[in-house]
Amino acid sequence: MDVESKSCACAAPTPVQGDGFWKSGGWLLIALPTWFALYFSLKPLADWLAFRVLGLQAGSRLGEAVAFFVYDGPKVLLLLGLVVLGVSFVQTFISPERTRDLLATRTGAWSNLLASLLGIATPFCSCSAVPLFIGFVRVGVPLGATFSFLVSAPMVNEVALFMLLSLFGWRIALLYAVTGVAIAFFSGWVIGKLRMERHLEPWVMEIPYEAAEADGRSMGFPGRLGLAVQATRDIFAKVWLYVLAGIAVGAFLHGYVPAELLARFMGKSAWWSVPLAVLIGVPLYANAAGIIPIVQVLLAKGAALGTALAFMMAVTGLSLPETVILRKVLRPTLLTTFLGVVAVGIILVGFLFNVLM
Amino acid sequence: MRIEILGTGCAKCKLLAERAEEAARGIGADYTLVKVTEYPDIVARGVMTTPGLVVDGVVKSQGHVPTVAAIQELLR
Repeated sequence: MDVESKSCACAAPTPVQGDGFWKSGGWLLIALPTWFALYFSLKPLADWLAFRVLGLQAGSRLGEAVAFFVYDGPKVLLLLGLVVLGVSFVQTFISPERTRDLLATRTGAWSNLLASLLGIATPFCSCSAVPLFIGFVRVGVPLGATFSFLVSAPMVNEVALFMLLSLFGWRIALLYAVTGVAIAFFSGWVIGKLRMERHLEPWVMEIPYEAAEADGRSMGFPGRLGLAVQATRDIFAKVWLYVLAGIAVGAFLHGYVPAELLARFMGKSAWWSVPLAVLIGVPLYANAAGIIPIVQVLLAKGAALGTALAFMMAVTGLSLPETVILRKVLRPTLLTTFLGVVAVGIILVGFLFNVLM
Repeated sequence: MRIEILGTGCAKCKLLAERAEEAARGIGADYTLVKVTEYPDIVARGVMTTPGLVVDGVVKSQGHVPTVAAIQELLR
């Protein structure tokens, strides 16, 4: 059993159920056009539903809030579906194991930069933060680079970027990507310079460790598509409620909250709004998908760009559950340094944009 | 055979355990299924992403939940 199973571990066969043309990807030929047809008829459909079927008054508060919700809800969910499917497909080519191997041989600032960039595309789930962290440091990835990756992976993830791109345009998406990578780079670089290896929990370095061979899944298109569909389903099951809740909050703000009010609290003139947005954002646990609808309305209602971006980065990049999980491998000094450095980075980015734009 | 499911109890880990059991029964294997839920034990097996599937000490998959058919291939 032993010898045999070792040899077949590397050549895991394609996970396809059935083999017909439809099952192996042919359904995309129907699904994609349907998606586009739906997406581009959403606005008239939503207006028809809100103002004709429900009989609400166009221009009234309730009417505008409801019309916003029935338009934005399906729109964001549709976008999310296509984006996550595409991204999950691409991610079947990228694995944390490969990222780790790329980083293991680097040192210095380059390792931080590379880790921040790889964090964008490498699939990452905060539930795997601990084994991933140990896997990185135990094969020789510098501690600083490991942190760069840990900051960048949840914050500048590709789903967030595509959502920003489709809802706000390429300028804001690019700004978010560049500043997010910069924060990841500098946080990791600072932690590396501080030489905080001794602030790891002792078991991290003491436990016998031998990296398992990555399951080099050699699979064809149907296999990858199958995995991508499954991942999309998983993510959807997890986030759809958050997304709808986010849009409901957005719809309420859209219909009921006057622009002047938000502008006063979150506009450029209120400098303290940036640190406040970060403070509010950290304990909030939502992923990019749930937070973007809210950011959309904040911006439309006069919140400053820097404040809105800082809020989004704090929500996605720093989260309470992940902090609790990381406490298993980081001693309090290192954990607070990590949180502090990232928070300061986000606040600086917020200020920068409020001053520049 | 000894099937180990590595993971701290997230939804995916439970799904993997269910599928592994179904797969093992499907091929009539004589098996014991163990859930490995503590971080040091998970890490000691060398995986970086959960859920992980380990059969007789060999890591067969990590970071995703294979289909029942795929797990059957991995068990053979």
